[in-house]
Amino acid sequence: MKTFDISDRDHYRTKVFPSPFHSRQAALNENKVWSRWYDYQSVPAYTCETHDYFAGRNACGVFDLTPMTKHRIGGPDALPYLERLMTRRMEKIRPGRVGYGVWCDDHGQVIDDGTVFHLREGDYRLCSQEHQLDWLLMNAEGFDVEVFEETHDVAALAVQGPTSFAILRDMGLPGIEKLTPFGLAHFDFEGTELTISRTGYTGDLGYELWIDPDHAERLWDRLFAAGEQRGIKPLGSKALDMLRIEAGFILAGVDFMPAMHTVRPGHTRSPFELGLDWLVDFTKPLFNGRRALLREKAEGSRYAFARLDIEDNKPAHNAYVFDKKGNTIGWVTSAMWSPSAKKNIALATVETPHDQPGEDLQVEIYYQRELQWNRKMAKAKVVEGPFWAPERRRATPPGEW
Amino acid sequence: MKKYDAIVIGAGHNGIANAAFLQKAGLDVLLVEKNDWIGGASVSRNLHEDWIYSNCSYVCSLLRPEVYRALDLAKYGLQVVPYGGSVTFSSDGDYLGRYTDPDASRREYQRHSPRDADALHRYERDVMRQCRFIRQFLLRTAPDPTSFKPRDLLELLHIGRELWALGEDTIYDTMRFYTMSIADYLDEYFENPLIKAAKAGSGIIGSAMGVMSPGTAYVLLHHAMGDVDGTAGAWGFARGGMGAIAKAMNACFEDHGGTTITGSGVEQITTRGGRVTGVALANGDEYHARTVVSNMTLPRTFLECMDPNDLRPEFLDKCRNFKIRGSSGKLNIALDGLPEFTALRGNPELIQADMHLVDSIEKLERAYDDWKDGRWSREPYLDMLIPSLTDPTMAPPGKHFMSVFVQYVPPKIEGRDWTDADRDAFGDNVLNRIEAYAPGFRDRVMHVEVRTPRELENEVGLTEGNIFQGELTMDQLLFNRPIPGYAQYRGPVKGLYLCGSSNHPGGGVMAAPGANAAREILRDLRRPNTVPEGWTDD
Repeated sequence: MKTFDISDRDHYRTKVFPSPFHSRQAALNENKVWSRWYDYQSVPAYTCETHDYFAGRNACGVFDLTPMTKHRIGGPDALPYLERLMTRRMEKIRPGRVGYGVWCDDHGQVIDDGTVFHLREGDYRLCSQEHQLDWLLMNAEGFDVEVFEETHDVAALAVQGPTSFAILRDMGLPGIEKLTPFGLAHFDFEGTELTISRTGYTGDLGYELWIDPDHAERLWDRLFAAGEQRGIKPLGSKALDMLRIEAGFILAGVDFMPAMHTVRPGHTRSPFELGLDWLVDFTKPLFNGRRALLREKAEGSRYAFARLDIEDNKPAHNAYVFDKKGNTIGWVTSAMWSPSAKKNIALATVETPHDQPGEDLQVEIYYQRELQWNRKMAKAKVVEGPFWAPERRRATPPGEW
Repeated sequence: MKKYDAIVIGAGHNGIANAAFLQKAGLDVLLVEKNDWIGGASVSRNLHEDWIYSNCSYVCSLLRPEVYRALDLAKYGLQVVPYGGSVTFSSDGDYLGRYTDPDASRREYQRHSPRDADALHRYERDVMRQCRFIRQFLLRTAPDPTSFKPRDLLELLHIGRELWALGEDTIYDTMRFYTMSIADYLDEYFENPLIKAAKAGSGIIGSAMGVMSPGTAYVLLHHAMGDVDGTAGAWGFARGGMGAIAKAMNACFEDHGGTTITGSGVEQITTRGGRVTGVALANGDEYHARTVVSNMTLPRTFLECMDPNDLRPEFLDKCRNFKIRGSSGKLNIALDGLPEFTALRGNPELIQADMHLVDSIEKLERAYDDWKDGRWSREPYLDMLIPSLTDPTMAPPGKHFMSVFVQYVPPKIEGRDWTDADRDAFGDNVLNRIEAYAPGFRDRVMHVEVRTPRELENEVGLTEGNIFQGELTMDQLLFNRPIPGYAQYRGPVKGLYLCGSSNHPGGGVMAAPGANAAREILRDLRRPNTVPEGWTDD
């Protein structure tokens, strides 16, 4: 069943729809504050941002993923179609596996990033930030594929954090311990299919659960019952944003502009400019943007993605980035104090070649203390890899906590 | 008779803006208007009890924010309020809405075509790229590409540079945009006939071209390049009707010492020895000035108000050939209560802004076929709004003013002049069309002002009733507007200038031609410039 009927012309009466988990979220939403995520109500913070966040890092945080745009791609040509669409090699993503990827326009500029779930042989789910049906169908020409959006047909929860495995196991999901990172499996849940992938947006041990919206509340209840003694808590979108910045993950519309929405020339980014070189596979003979990306590879990119470790403790929100001589060479796109890494961290767009690990840069930070604004030039160093990457995220079978 | 520094003919928005900028620069300016009221096509009139009609133009977006600010129109009483949701009704009883809420709008598009809902981003991105390109040239004088004056060369270079900066795709698209039909353009983005029809309307409003005519894609751009408070493409109501714009501008003009006289039009622009000397009015009054600025249309200025002996035959010929074809009419309606559109089932949100009755591109083209045959469209394109839902000053509480723009309406009926009977039959057809979608509508009509091209020409002075003072086609745009060699607001006679929408950048309540012309005049007179130039990025 769908969460709402898309053919109803009176849809205007409800501007923002409740997610299939709404009743459960409402009961735990202490702030009674809601935000919007496309069609749905979403919770910015259940208790407070920090408290929510620590559920995800210390025990188990549950985030409602239902509003995320989900597309289904199937048919005999699904694989060749995806090979054409995505910059990475898709045949490596076997049934029961998940892959992160980006897709580009003809100029090699990133349209969006997302995850491809190979649910069963030739049957894929593509999750993305933006609505992609127009682009996906435009690319379907000449392929025997079926492409449609299934956002409202699937309820989804991210179950993230060190106790997430133990909770799912205690829920009674035999074999869950065998799931490796980026693996997925189907389980029986009270007569319906529950798909679980070992994926997430937190850089930690975690899972994502996919189910028919009719079973959403039941799933939530069983999950929370199983997790009661293991610190399970819902977490809101603000905490999720903290978790993903620590993991060094980019967000469309924040860390880069999706090409389909970008009006000003030069404001889009290639995969190289987002630090996603590893997702571009030139051994594939044909994929969207290949020629432009080959050229960029040869000629060099204008921008690069950098993770910054900044001195002091004041988050460098919206800060300009300077080189040692004081030339403006970029700007911060996401910033925070990292409670887990105990560092002042940021994701930034910088001009090449200032993205080299160890490069000394500066950022101009504006911060407010008791209403008064202050300015600080802070030293920043380009670092390699995520700010937070605990070994437990990879362990199979995962640990208890 | 008193001698002025400059006389501006026609108190429409461009004429008043022009006069205000000149006056602000220290000139002693006289503004003459043939009607007993000011505003031209930016007018609010009280024709029925306590109703105020926006008799001609009816919504505001194109008015240059730089002019708004430079003339301090807020101080002089102008308020522009953005409006809400709009709707296109199809004949099968359904509709396509556009909600203020972007997610509701997307769901509404998805209801008709999930793919088109997503394609909307691509479409809006591409249109916005073109808008951003053109917007920067609205408050600038077009260069003369044949001149070797440094100024023209620099301006040409500037255009070239800006075009180059658009990037590969958009450079190609720009060439296509100015030459394509809106039907072809929309085909590149959308599949649903109703979505295409709803979008196509902006490509024909005010133009005597059909949705399948090359050049209509640009007309759409002309309707999308404005903004309200920096929200590009947004439209709003001027509080108190569109006359509030002219009123505020005129208050600015008079506050700076300018003189406006109404009630008698210009019979003749007087000249001596190859330069203008002033104007002679229909009532016999004469006023003198070494600078005369015409806000009248190109043909009206040169074919009706000047001695042909002062003009070259070739120039006159070009004035005669200027494409200024009437294509639209208007009904201004006082309503006893709100119309109830069957399809909406009480939805109150979608009648806040523009409403349309159209099914498809093909039906829009058929409406144009009627125009070519010299008849008004049997199933016309209607752009209907109820400003009184937003603006409490337009009608008594619970009552409403409805503005109905109608296209196509020919300037002549099968070659002959319009009669009162034609006008009434035309109005009747429109009212019946609305009645078919909103039963009981006609019973709520208390008063109607029906305007055909005849009324638009006779009253407002718009030749053939063309609302843009000349077609917005590539052959009449930029340095070709109104005619090649005369695109910098200077007439062929010394001291004569043009400031109406016949000039770059064309029609719409923009005040840009008026402002640009003032800048050129002040330049010639070696006065300090009071006119803003260029644009502010959104």
